[in-house]
Parts: sequence; structure tokens; C-alpha cells
Amino acid sequence: MMSEGSSFMKGLILGGIFCLVMSFFETFNSGTHSEGHEHLHHHLKPVSKDELQKLSESQMSDWTLQVRVYCLIMVTPKLLVHWATANDTWSKHCDKSVFYTSESSKALEAIDLQEQDEWARLRKAIKHAYENAGDLRWFFVARPTTYAIIENLKYLVLDKDPSQPFYIGHTEKSGELDYVEYDSGIVLSYEAMRRLIEIFKDEDRCPERGHALWKTPEEKQLATCLKYTGVFAENGEDAQGKGLFNKKSVSSLISDSMGQNPADVVEACCSDMAITFGGMSPSQIQVLMYGVYRLRPYGHDFHDSLTFLPPNDSDND
Amino acid sequence: SLVNCLLQTVMLNFLEGSCLSGLMIHKEQVNLSITNNHGLSLVGEDGTLADTLYKHVRILCWVMTGPNNLEKKARHVKATWSRHCNIVVFISSVDDPDFPTVGLNTKEGRDQLYWKTIRAFHYVMDKHGDEADWFLKADDDTYVIVDNLRWILASHSPEDPVYFGRRFKPYVKQGYMSGGAGYVLSKEALRRFVEGFRTKVCTHTSSVEDLALGQCMEKVGVVAGDSRDTLQRETFHPFVPESHLTGTVSKTFWYWNYCYYPIVQGPQCCSDLAVSFHYVDPSHMYLLEYYTYHLRAFGYKYRYQPPEPNVIQDFNAPDKVETGDIEEKLGVDQQEGEKKSPELNEKL
Repeated sequence: MMSEGSSFMKGLILGGIFCLVMSFFETFNSGTHSEGHEHLHHHLKPVSKDELQKLSESQMSDWTLQVRVYCLIMVTPKLLVHWATANDTWSKHCDKSVFYTSESSKALEAIDLQEQDEWARLRKAIKHAYENAGDLRWFFVARPTTYAIIENLKYLVLDKDPSQPFYIGHTEKSGELDYVEYDSGIVLSYEAMRRLIEIFKDEDRCPERGHALWKTPEEKQLATCLKYTGVFAENGEDAQGKGLFNKKSVSSLISDSMGQNPADVVEACCSDMAITFGGMSPSQIQVLMYGVYRLRPYGHDFHDSLTFLPPNDSDND
Repeated sequence: SLVNCLLQTVMLNFLEGSCLSGLMIHKEQVNLSITNNHGLSLVGEDGTLADTLYKHVRILCWVMTGPNNLEKKARHVKATWSRHCNIVVFISSVDDPDFPTVGLNTKEGRDQLYWKTIRAFHYVMDKHGDEADWFLKADDDTYVIVDNLRWILASHSPEDPVYFGRRFKPYVKQGYMSGGAGYVLSKEALRRFVEGFRTKVCTHTSSVEDLALGQCMEKVGVVAGDSRDTLQRETFHPFVPESHLTGTVSKTFWYWNYCYYPIVQGPQCCSDLAVSFHYVDPSHMYLLEYYTYHLRAFGYKYRYQPPEPNVIQDFNAPDKVETGDIEEKLGVDQQEGEKKSPELNEKL
């Protein structure tokens, strides 16, 4: 009896030690894995004005071409009003904008991916965009509930090389994983897209349909897959460190600031070069369009080094 | 004779005691106006054109408010757009040296609006007549973009009898300007307004401030100007941007019968160089300040390229005698401004 019991105990202890050792190895491995691909820039800022002024004419025009953006707007018929608003407003400022839907709607044009699962749909959209990018090298993924100022996105990535991997937005942390929040928009460079397409083929590390009982949000699945390819989330912010990607509306951010910084509401609130806002109604977006692209105080000029022309087919900007 | 008496007091400033006891005598030792000493510019921005206009198109803003609204409303005006005026005066029913506000011996209430207006214009003429070229009236729920007002006014002379605002057509032949959307008088217009009360050509006819003032303006030969931009788009607005841009002003509302010029709803309702909006609550004030002076699209080429007012060349001419006078006055203002309100001298 005693020998059976003690064998059992020995087995148990050995097994336990074995497990511990294995899990140590794993963390050690992933530890070295992440150290090998260093977090060089957790915070990503735009190029400085001084740097911009040093550019030659030809560099200027090179950058203007390089910085063109392909917008992937992930819609569903449930979000028809927001879909229509995005269609009428900010999507016109993308160099190419494609609406990807879960099912088609008679009212608006989109590529029908015929896919109810959001992660699977996102994967399909990414594949389609990569294959149809032409010579576009920057990609912006958003839901139609997000509003984006594409010119400011271009400003952020102006001096970044799209043949390097970039994965940018408002970053959040979930345990060990840094991910870009979907609700405030996701920016991917061409190289990040290329690596993503590759890892999509790996059903173990980047499965199309999750094996878990619970559903992991797409934003985290995306981050996990990218992490396997050595691409890490970076937080987009301005020269003062203010976040450029917001999931809240402008009025919501102003209200927060009135409560927290009553003496300096506007200064403390939001960046002058903000890229995204979320949760805004169509009429609020009309006001935002007017505020960004038209309303200004006479006699204050910026002499920006690059010029972006208004789109051909709109009247609200 | 009550009015006469008040006017004498205001004009002579240091006159004591010769009026009926109900009237307050302003023997001011404390300066209840705010003088800003230069324009405000953003980091990284070229504000030279705005600065030139600031020096040569001097605007005094007076804001209609009251003791109950200082914390609720006027405070946010003070924190936002009024910083861009050359001089700002908050008009109330009581003096408040802390805010500061000026009380001109009126009560509060809608029936006092024209009294406040009459006395406010007399007050600013008396105290600051030489320090400004144009005199703007606004409410504590009006948002004004003063730089854009300078663009419009730069093409006109302050010696012309003219006033600008959102023009309404009923009741007055040449029309009159909406009170809530704000209106601005040239120096000559202000002179004629004050003179009109001295000669009794103008009196307190009603408490409907904007209409009564419009009637006085017509009587004294002040022209109701056209404030629209070069594309005939309105610059002064009686409602918030959302109402005009999304076309949600109901067709049965008075508005539709009042506007002097054809009403446009949707994006062309409003000039890019809008001057004012009304019924703006505090959070909206900060929103508009953010949209106007902060948020922008990098490198974006605006569709509307407004022409530079011709007088800019005159302003920049080095041999103008007047420039010297203005610098002198600015020097005086600078000192005053720094003493009273140092925080207003900070750049954004």
C-alpha cells in the first residue's frame, strides 16, 4: 500500500515539476521572442515641423504619393445610417475607400463578404484590400461609427516607411497583449498587411474560427496574430503626447475636460491634429466637417509643407 | 429729463450728485473693462495677418449679461471668444470688480434690455470711444469669431455711418440687425446713436432691443450693412451651426419671414468666415473654440479662398502718420492690460 501511494506521490510531484519547467520554457521563449523584436516605438508621433521644412520639392511630392491611404470600412445593414454618413463624408478623403459588409443592402454599395462572424469578415476584407491595393501603401480599418480626418492620418505617417511594419492607433493593454482599439480606428502599413496575410495561413496561431468557448474580440485577435509576426501596437500621439485616436465624440471629450480642467478646457481636451472621434450622430458630423474643413479665423495661416486637395464629389468640406 | 440727466452724468464722468438719487454716479477708480493687448496665436502658426488686423481694426466687445449668469454663462465667454477682442466689457445690472462687470443702474429682465443697451453704448463711448474703431454688442450665449469680424470690417471705414449683423426685414424699411446674433456699430454710427439720444431723435421706444435700436439707426442715417461674404453667404447666425447646417429650422418658425436675404440651409448656409452663432451653451462655446482655433486638417487646401481686404496694404505702409498714434495708444493699453489681467496676455 505504502509503495503504491508513494509511487503515486512521486509521479504527481514529477508531473508537477515537468509542468512548471515546460511553462517556464514557454515564457522564456516568448520572452526572448518579444525581446528580439524590440518595442522600439511604443509611442508614435508625427514628423516635426523643422524636419518638414528641410525637405526638398521632390521629397515632398514623393511623400505625398507614398502617404496615400486605402480605407476599409466594415459595415453592416444595422449600421445603415452611420454607413451612409461615412459614405457622404470622411470616406471621400481616402485615396481609395471600400465598404465591406456582412450582407448586402439595396441602399448602398459595398463588397458583400457574406460573413456574419466579425473576425472572419475582417480577415477577408484585409485579404481583399491587400490584393487590390494597387500602389497604395497605408491602410485604415474602421467601423462607420468612427469619424476620421484622413489628412491628419497622413500627417502622422508622413515620414514612416510603409515597407516597415506599422500597426497604429489608440493602444490598450490586456494582460501581456498591447492591442489597438478598434473603435478609434486601426492603421496598418503595407508590410504589416503582408505579414498578416502570411500568418492568416497559420491555423494554430491565427485561427479563422476560434476554438475557445468564448469569443475574443477581433481587435485582440488581430493584435495576437500580428505579434506572432513581430509587429506590435503603437500609440498614435501628437508632439505634446496627446492621443490622436479617440473613441469618444468631441462633445463628450469637451464635457470631460470641463469637469477635469475648467480653467483650460480646450487646451487640455483634444489634439489640434486629432485623427478620429467616435459615437457621433450624422448632424454632429456635419458640424465637425464644417469645423475641420471650413470654419477658421481669418489671418491665421499654417504654411504646411504638403497640400491635400479637397475631394471632387462633396459639398460639405 | 431723466434720460437727459443720465446722459449728462455719463458724458461728464466726474459729475457728482446733481441728479435724482435713483441714478448711479460712475466715479470710477476701478477699471471694469478688460483690455487685451495683442492677438492670440497658436504654436507653429503664422498669425501676422491677424495681428495686423488686430492693430488696425480695433473692436470693443460688450457682452449683455447679469449677476445670475456670470458663473453659468459669462464666465465661458470670458474664457473663450472675448479674449480676441481689443477691449471687452461685461454689462450687468451691478458693478462686480472681480469678474469684472459694469452695472448701469438697470434692473434685470427682458424689459430692461434696451435700457441696458442704450446705457452700455453710452458707457463705452465715454470710457473707450478713442480706443476702438468698432463697437460690438453680443449676448452671453452668442459665440463670436472676432478675427472674421475684422476681415469684414477692414473693407469699411469707421467714419462711415454703418452697422452690421444678421439683417432682418420686418418693421424697419432698411431692415434691422438681430440682437442675439450680435451686431457691430462703426464709430460714426455710435456717435450718431449717442447724439440721437441727446437731441431726443431717439428715445427708449420699446424693450425690444434690436428692433428699437434698428429704428434709431434708421432715424439718424446709419446704414444697415450687408455682412455676407463674397459668395453671398451669411456670417452672423441667429442659431447654432447644427441648425443652419442640417436645415432643421422649422418652416413655420418666425425665422423664415424675418431674414432680409434669401435663406440658405445646408452647407452653404454659413460662410467659412462665420462671425457669430446664437443660443450657444457653455460646452458648445468650447466646442466652437476648438473647431475654430484648434482642430484642423493638415495641409488641406480650403475651397474658399477669401480675398485680402485692400486696406491691408495701407496698414502695412510705413509712412502713415496714424500708425504712430496707434502704437502710442497700444503702449498705454499694454500697461493697463498687464496690470488688470495678466492671464489674458498669454499666447494660446
